[in-house]
Amino acid sequence: MKILVAIKRVIDANVRVRVRSDGAGVEMANVKMAMNPFCEIAVEEAVRLQEAGKAREIVAVSVGAGNCQDILRTALAIGADRAILVETDLETQPLGVAKTLRALAEREKPDLFMLGKQAVDDDNNQTGQMLAALLGWPQGTFASKVEPVDGRVNVMREIDGGLETVSLKLPAVITTDLRLNEPRYVKLPNIMKAKKKRLDIVKPVDLGVDLAPRLKIVKVAEPSKRKAGIKVESAQALVDKLRNEAKVI
Amino acid sequence: MRALIIAEHDNRALRKATLAAVTAARAITDDVTVLVAGWNCKSVVEEAAKIAGVGKVLHADAVHYEHALAEELAPLIVNAAAGITHLIASATTFGKNVMPRAAALLDVAPVADVVRIESPDTFVRPIYAGNAMATVQCPEPVKVLTVRATAFAAAAPGGGSAIVELLAAATPVGLSTFISAQLTVSSRPELTDAKVVISGGRGLGSAENFRLIEQIADKLGAAIGASRAAVDAGYVPNDYQVGQTGKVVAPELYIAVGISGAIQHLAGMKDSKVIVAINKDAEAPIFEIADYGLVADLFKALPELSAALDKRP
Repeated sequence: MKILVAIKRVIDANVRVRVRSDGAGVEMANVKMAMNPFCEIAVEEAVRLQEAGKAREIVAVSVGAGNCQDILRTALAIGADRAILVETDLETQPLGVAKTLRALAEREKPDLFMLGKQAVDDDNNQTGQMLAALLGWPQGTFASKVEPVDGRVNVMREIDGGLETVSLKLPAVITTDLRLNEPRYVKLPNIMKAKKKRLDIVKPVDLGVDLAPRLKIVKVAEPSKRKAGIKVESAQALVDKLRNEAKVI
Repeated sequence: MRALIIAEHDNRALRKATLAAVTAARAITDDVTVLVAGWNCKSVVEEAAKIAGVGKVLHADAVHYEHALAEELAPLIVNAAAGITHLIASATTFGKNVMPRAAALLDVAPVADVVRIESPDTFVRPIYAGNAMATVQCPEPVKVLTVRATAFAAAAPGGGSAIVELLAAATPVGLSTFISAQLTVSSRPELTDAKVVISGGRGLGSAENFRLIEQIADKLGAAIGASRAAVDAGYVPNDYQVGQTGKVVAPELYIAVGISGAIQHLAGMKDSKVIVAINKDAEAPIFEIADYGLVADLFKALPELSAALDKRP
């Protein structure tokens, strides 16, 4: 089985994001960037499938600016075999990215396309579903367990009421949720090895795709802030406040 | 303008989040249709037809709609979308699974997690786990939206008398099959619908200690939630998780116990009307947004809280 894994470069999940004073977005200057955590889980899962003898080749792909090469190198260090960057300076939006990934899928012909369920910057949770639709493939979103069996893959999904398992005909798209695995800590020898792995850079025009954003971000603002309230001295005082002041119980 | 809402249900009853989607649709247009696709789901159709403000219910009944598989629903939604300007579902795992697939088939960019409707083409949604609010303008001919149930009041479930039309099922796609579901069975209210939610965090220390949370929940008629740390530690199932990547709740009263208040968790509950925090660490970030804070060891505070609730005022 051949697996393509799509990854995105985002502000490191541990960085406190600040809204720009001009309302045009969030502060990006001198901010630490990293692979989106859900994408890291997708790469880890692909590598585990390969280690279990269920995957032959893993190709990590990303759509974005030239500096996305750093996260592709990270994916190679985790264990992907090679990487492809579709280089663009345009703001990437899910539909355009999905079309780009479709073009890569047509070229690479994978059996499985894995993605994180959402990126922690725009929180869209759309690209995998849209890619599956464009390819006419089934989708296993919010995966917490992935088991390939005889030309199909069983995916346990985290849904609002609990868990659900579906069986998908391959080729398929899978988007990963938090509890699928815990990505490994990348060791130095693997980082060195990753530097020698193949990383191809292609342009959207080579793939015949249009990445122009469809949605317009009019402005980005701070969320309304909640103020801290008061401290109470005891459980009894708390119940009194909730009954008599807030009147919520 | 015409809005089509994709109803979320289990073939027996409508999920309440759909009522919030009706309110969001009514903020855009008076022409609101609800699509109920399922298998033997007549009771849901009857329920949908009574929602105040709904003019029409489309009913598609076929065995391949029984488990709400996105592969099957998306082409049906496309069939029903002719003449529709707004396709709307709730921003639940159902809506987030199905709507982007339908949008891609229509070649339009969808807008997720809408919390405010500025105009028929301009919407506000949280980004960066709620650390910023983006105003997004969508020029697409069909606006495909998922809306947060916590941001829109539920439409009245009665008083309406929509006409019901049968919608022919689309050809089965057959790429995916439902195998099984392990749904959490609880006599308590559903997390996203509850008036009171009490959540536990890593501070609880074990699955057994969640008993202390359950006792309070029973006294308050509350739903039980948890932080990501508590779910990852295996104290409770994944569907208890409140936060940006779990459920977003906005009850009348939210009680956070042994939860430090990671931004990820706050994104899922900060719109609650009244927030209570119980934590032994006085510096925990949760106190910065709590209306009432109790700095105390939860193993002492919860039994005391339980006793105080037993005392009638």
